[in-house]
Amino acid sequence: MSSKETLYQKFVEKAELVSALVTTIESEEAAIDYVINLCDTKEACQLLVSGCEADLSENAEALCDAKQTKVIAAPGLKQDLYKSLSTKAKKSGFDCIDSGMRNHLAGIDIGFTIAEYGIADTGTLMLDCPSEELRLATMVSEYHVCVLPKSKIRANTYAIEKMMLTRMNKTPDYLAFITGASRTADIERVLALGVHGPLELHILILEDQ
Amino acid sequence: MQNANDLKEYRKELQESLDNEFLRTTLDNFAVAYKAGRANAFKGMDVRGLVHDIACSKDAAGENYEALYAEFKEKAEAAGIHVHFAKTGDEANQIIAQIAKDTDCTKIVKSKSMTAEETLLNHDLEDAGLEVTETDLGEWIIQLRHEGPSHMVMPAIHLSRYQVGDLFTEVTGSKQDSEIEKLVKVARRELRQKYVEADMGITGANFAVAETGGIGLVTNEGNARLVSTLPRVHVALMGIDKLLPTLHDALRILKALPRNATGQQLTSYVTWITGANECASAENGTKEIHYVVLDNGRSELLKDSLFSQVNRCVRCGACANVCPVYRLVGGHKMGHIYIGAIGLILTYFFHGKDKAKNLVQNCINCEACKDVCAGGIDLPRLIKEIHARIQEEDGHPLPSVLLSKVLRNRKLFHTLLRTAKWGQKPVAEKDGFIRHLPMIFSKEHSFRALPTIAETPFRDWWQKNRPAVDKPKLRVALFSGCVQDFVYPEQMQAAVELFAANNVAMDYPMEQSCCGLPVQMMGEMDASRDVAKQNLRAFEPDAYDYIITLCASCAAHLKHNYPKLVMDRPALKYRADAFADKIIDYSSFVNDVLKVQKDDFRATTEKATYHAPCHLCRGLDVHDAPRQLIEKGGLEYVECDEEEVCCGFGGTFSMKFPELSAELLNKKLTNVEKTGATTLLTDCPGCIMQLRGGLKKRGSNITVKHVSEVLAGNRK
Ligand code: SF4
Ligand code: SF4
Repeated sequence: MSSKETLYQKFVEKAELVSALVTTIESEEAAIDYVINLCDTKEACQLLVSGCEADLSENAEALCDAKQTKVIAAPGLKQDLYKSLSTKAKKSGFDCIDSGMRNHLAGIDIGFTIAEYGIADTGTLMLDCPSEELRLATMVSEYHVCVLPKSKIRANTYAIEKMMLTRMNKTPDYLAFITGASRTADIERVLALGVHGPLELHILILEDQ
Repeated sequence: MQNANDLKEYRKELQESLDNEFLRTTLDNFAVAYKAGRANAFKGMDVRGLVHDIACSKDAAGENYEALYAEFKEKAEAAGIHVHFAKTGDEANQIIAQIAKDTDCTKIVKSKSMTAEETLLNHDLEDAGLEVTETDLGEWIIQLRHEGPSHMVMPAIHLSRYQVGDLFTEVTGSKQDSEIEKLVKVARRELRQKYVEADMGITGANFAVAETGGIGLVTNEGNARLVSTLPRVHVALMGIDKLLPTLHDALRILKALPRNATGQQLTSYVTWITGANECASAENGTKEIHYVVLDNGRSELLKDSLFSQVNRCVRCGACANVCPVYRLVGGHKMGHIYIGAIGLILTYFFHGKDKAKNLVQNCINCEACKDVCAGGIDLPRLIKEIHARIQEEDGHPLPSVLLSKVLRNRKLFHTLLRTAKWGQKPVAEKDGFIRHLPMIFSKEHSFRALPTIAETPFRDWWQKNRPAVDKPKLRVALFSGCVQDFVYPEQMQAAVELFAANNVAMDYPMEQSCCGLPVQMMGEMDASRDVAKQNLRAFEPDAYDYIITLCASCAAHLKHNYPKLVMDRPALKYRADAFADKIIDYSSFVNDVLKVQKDDFRATTEKATYHAPCHLCRGLDVHDAPRQLIEKGGLEYVECDEEEVCCGFGGTFSMKFPELSAELLNKKLTNVEKTGATTLLTDCPGCIMQLRGGLKKRGSNITVKHVSEVLAGNRK
C-alpha cells in the first residue's frame, strides 16, 4: 500500500474512533450535495435534541426563539463554490450565508468549511481561521461539515509544525486542531456530544489527485 | 477545599468521604476505566522516552524562564497584545479587574483555568461588581454550587446526575430531569446566551510559546474557543510554568497531556492564538487581548534544587487518577485547590503551610503518581520533604519524636523489641497473632489482627545457625529490616537455606538496624539520615557481590533514598552509591542472578496469586521475577485484579489513617478472594503483616507467604 493510502486509512480509523462521520467524495460539487442533503434530513432545529421542549430560563428561551429557518454558513469558500452552494440551498428553502455570523449566535444548522491539513495520528483536522466568520461557523453550528483534501493528510503534528509556524508568524492568527465533535464527560464521566460546539463532525475526504 | 484545623478534624472529614457511596463508586469505576484507557491511548508509544523528553524540555524552560518571558512578551506585543507580569495572585486579580474597568466590561465568561482557581480570581472580580460565568460544564456546575473543583480535569466528578438535575431546576426555574444528554443541552443553551452578552472572556493557557508570542488552549467542549472569540476583550491568565521556547515543545507535551489526562488521543479542540484577532463586536474590529503572566512563588520554586521539578507539571491530573488515597476520598479531601499528589505539593507553596499540614500526611508513599506523571516528577519524595519542612517549622509531634529517638539508637530499639516479646506473652495466641489490640491502639485499628514478636529474632538464630558455604560462587550480605528480624525471621531463614544450597556465601552485619523508612514517612528527615549513616557504616559494600533484602520497602529505600540522604557528605555519598548499587531484592536475585530452574522444585497443584508491593513493582521496577518464581517454585499462578495497587499498609500510614488503610486492604482482599487461590504470595513483610492480619479478621483460610518461604518449602 502506498504511504498516502496508509495515512488515509489511519486518519479514517482515528477520526471514527472519536465519532466523526467520515465519507469519501470525488468532487467539491459532491460535497455541496452532501451538505444540502444533510440539511434536508436534519431536524428543523437540532437544539431539539435537548430538545426545545426542555424548559429554560427566559433569556435562554428568547435566544433560542431568534432562530426560525434552517441556516447553512460557509464563509471562506471559493466564490464559484459558494455560489453553487447558495443556489442549491435557496432551492431547498435554506438560508445560506458567508458573513454576519454574529446574527446567528443561537445556532446555525450547518457550518461548511475546508480543512488545511489532516493529522493521521489522531484523526485531527487543522483549520486556520483568522477570520472570525469562519471560526464562528465551526463553533455555533450544530453540524460541522469539513472537506479534507486527501493529499493534505500528514502523519502527525510534527509534520505540519513548519506550516503552522509560517501561519502563526503572520499575525494575527487563530488556528485550530479539531478532533471529533464537541464533547464533555463532566457529569458522571458519561460522554455527551455537542456541549458548546457542534453535535456532529462530518469529514468529507476529497480524492484530489 | 481543605479547612480542617488538625489531623483529628481532617480524619473526620475523610470519614465523611468514605461514607459517600456515590463518590466511592464513581471514583472506583473511573480508576479502573482510566487505567485501561490510558494504556490504550499510549499503545505502541515510547512513554518513558516521551516523559523524559518532556521533563528535559520543561527543566530547560524553567531554568530559562526570564529570557523566555522577555521573548514571549516582545513577540506578543509586536502582534498587538498587552502583556502583564503579576508577582502574586492578588496582583493578577487586580490587573484583570483593572482591565475590566478600563474597557467598560461588566459581564465575563470564563473557560476553565486552574491558575484562576489558584488566585481565587472569581471572588475578586465579583467583589469588583463584575458578573462572572464559568462556561466549562463541570466548572459551571461547581460555581453554581459554590464549591471548588474536586479533580483538575473533571471538576465535578463528585456529583451525580440527580444532584446536577436538581441544581439546573433551581437555575432555570423550571423542572429538569436527570438524563445526562438533556442536562448537557440545557447547559449548552443557558450558556450560549452568556457568551452573547459577555464583553470580556477569560481563559487560561496550556502553552505560552516564546518563539511565536502566542498561546495554546486545550479543551474538549469548545468553550475556550467561544470565550476567546465572542467578547471584545480577551484576558489569558497563565503561570510562568507555561512558558516554552518553541512550538515543538508544546506539540510534544500535547502528545502526552490528553492521553495521560483522560486516555484520549487528543482533546476535541486545540486552539492556537497569536496576535490581536479580528473581532466584529469591537469598535475598531480588533479584539483587545491581555496576557497576565503569574509568578506567585513559582520563581522561588525554580531556584530550589529539589522542588524546581514541580515546574514540569502540565496539569494533566493523572497523579490523582492513579492515587489510591484520592480514589477513596476524592479531591475535596485530597487537596485544597490543586488536588492529588501535585495538589499536596502546590497547596504548600501557593496556599501555605496551614492548608497543607494535614494533607501531606495523607500520602501512603505507593509511588503510583510518580510512575504516571507526564513530567516524571518524583511526587512522593517532594510530599515527604514538605511534611518534614512543616515539622521543622511547627515542631514535631510526640510519636515521631519518640520513634526518631528510638530508631537513632539501635541497641535501645532492639532491647525494646525484645522486651515487647515478654510484654505480649499474656495476649499472644499460638497462631502468631495478638489476641487483643494493645491499649495504644484505638478501635479503628481492629480491621486487622497484629502478629506477635517472634520467639527468636533472626539475628540470634543467625549467630548459631549461620551456614558454612565452602566453594562460594557469590558473596552476599543480608539486610533483614526490623520486621523480618523480629517478627517474621522464618522468611529470612528460608532465604538463607536456599542461598546456601546454591553456593552463596552470606554475611549478616550485626550493626545493621531498621532501614529508616518509617521515620522518613513521618517526616523525620534528620532521624532518617542518622539511621542511614548507621547502616552505611555497618556494611562494607566492596566486600560483597550483592546486598540482598527480602523487604521491598527496605530495598527501595536503601537503593534510592540513601544516596540522596547523605548527598551533602561526599565521602558518605560515595559509599552510599556503592551500597545502593549492590542492593537487590530477593526475587530478582533468585530468578535473575541465581537463575533457579523449575526442575529444582517439586510441583504441587496449589493455586497461588500475587500481591505486588508498591516498592517492588514501582520502586524497583521489578515485575516478572516474582511471578516467574511462583511458577518455577511449583505453584500455579493466577493473576489477581489490580495486582499492583497498594494494600494499604504504608508503614506508619496505617497507624495514622486506619480507616483508609482498612478500605484499601478491603479492596485488595476482595480481589484476592475472587481469584480462588489458596495461597497469596508477596515480597514484603509489611504487606504480609497487613494481608495476613486482614484475612485473619475475615476468617479466611487463604495463606499468606513470602516468595522465599514457598521456594524453600518446595526445594527438591
Ligand atoms: S505516593 Fe501514592 S498515595 Fe502518595 S500521592 Fe502518590 S499515588 Fe497518592
Ligand atoms: S504532577 Fe504530573 S501527573 Fe500530576 S498533574 Fe502534573 S504532570 Fe500530571
